[in-house]
Amino acid sequence: MINILNFVSISMIPAMITLIFIHALVKKVNIYEAFVEGAGEGFKTAIRIMPYLIAIFLAIGLFKDSGALGLFTKILSPITNFFHIPSEIVPLAIMRPVSGSGALGIVKDLLYTYGADSFIGKVASTMMGSAETIFYTMAVYFGAIGIKNSRHTLLAALISHVAAVFASIWVCSWLF
Amino acid sequence: MMNFIWVGMVIIGIGVAVFTQNTQIINNVVIHNTQEAVTFAIGLTGIMAVWLGLMNVAKKSGLIKSISKIMSPIIRLLFPEIPKNHPAISAIVMNMVANMFGAGNSATALGLKAMEEMQSLNHKKNTSTNAMSMFLVINMSSVQLIPLSVLKIRADAGSLNPTEIIATCLIATMISTIVGIIACKLLERMY
Repeated sequence: MINILNFVSISMIPAMITLIFIHALVKKVNIYEAFVEGAGEGFKTAIRIMPYLIAIFLAIGLFKDSGALGLFTKILSPITNFFHIPSEIVPLAIMRPVSGSGALGIVKDLLYTYGADSFIGKVASTMMGSAETIFYTMAVYFGAIGIKNSRHTLLAALISHVAAVFASIWVCSWLF
Repeated sequence: MMNFIWVGMVIIGIGVAVFTQNTQIINNVVIHNTQEAVTFAIGLTGIMAVWLGLMNVAKKSGLIKSISKIMSPIIRLLFPEIPKNHPAISAIVMNMVANMFGAGNSATALGLKAMEEMQSLNHKKNTSTNAMSMFLVINMSSVQLIPLSVLKIRADAGSLNPTEIIATCLIATMISTIVGIIACKLLERMY
């Protein structure tokens, strides 16, 4: 099953590239020239997002490695207890929007500690698969085009993240 | 908002490190994480160039126009500000396809292209438009169909049925995306 899913996922990008090429061949576009011309823009974008990436990596690194994130989890525990969020899951719920690799590390830990097929293991897996990193994405996407005022974006994204946390717990307790 | 969060994270991080006498961590982060950021940006340059090259090919062949035309009615439900048949629609669609199938870096390249296209419609260049915010909120709520990295670590951890979380992920993702869209639509009038 995993092999089939893996195959579908891996084939998608080549399929998109093939579609672009076949369409261009039919329309008799000089593909090589058009490709090289467009590719040159890639460097400008990478340089433009670099300062934003450095800033966000620095802040996330300091917050995570100093232990501030762990402290934050403890401070929030009365609230998370009130909403019956299993305490094992709380660090993951907080880490997920901050750092993708950090969150994957927590999921790995939970899977080995409680078992991949335990309730905690399933909730953690679901949460990992149904949410995304927020701060990094916002910094890069807005940084690339020079947006300073992000308006309601962060608030709406955090609301959506909280929904993902609750949905993961509810769906797992309902299905398993 | 971003300023507030960024400064907060840095100051609290340094404060906690000093308080717990882990000052060495600050130095490590300053050196290693910044280096990681540069490596990451340079790594992204390759895939960025590939997709911008391909997008230029697709623009010249007229494929971008065709995709924008076909997807216009659906995409414009969520992004009513984007004019019919605008090239931003193609970039948004291709970003979402790449995201659904977990091609993270390709999705980022196409997403940045979409942001650029939307910026060309923006009258206040330093302020996010409703369309940009909606696009980012959908992106950040995860639209991935198959969470391959999670399946892999589940299999590694000895799960008897690593794929059984695909359904729960899909349901949870759908709920969070819908909540995000509603929140975005409601909040955009207040900001």
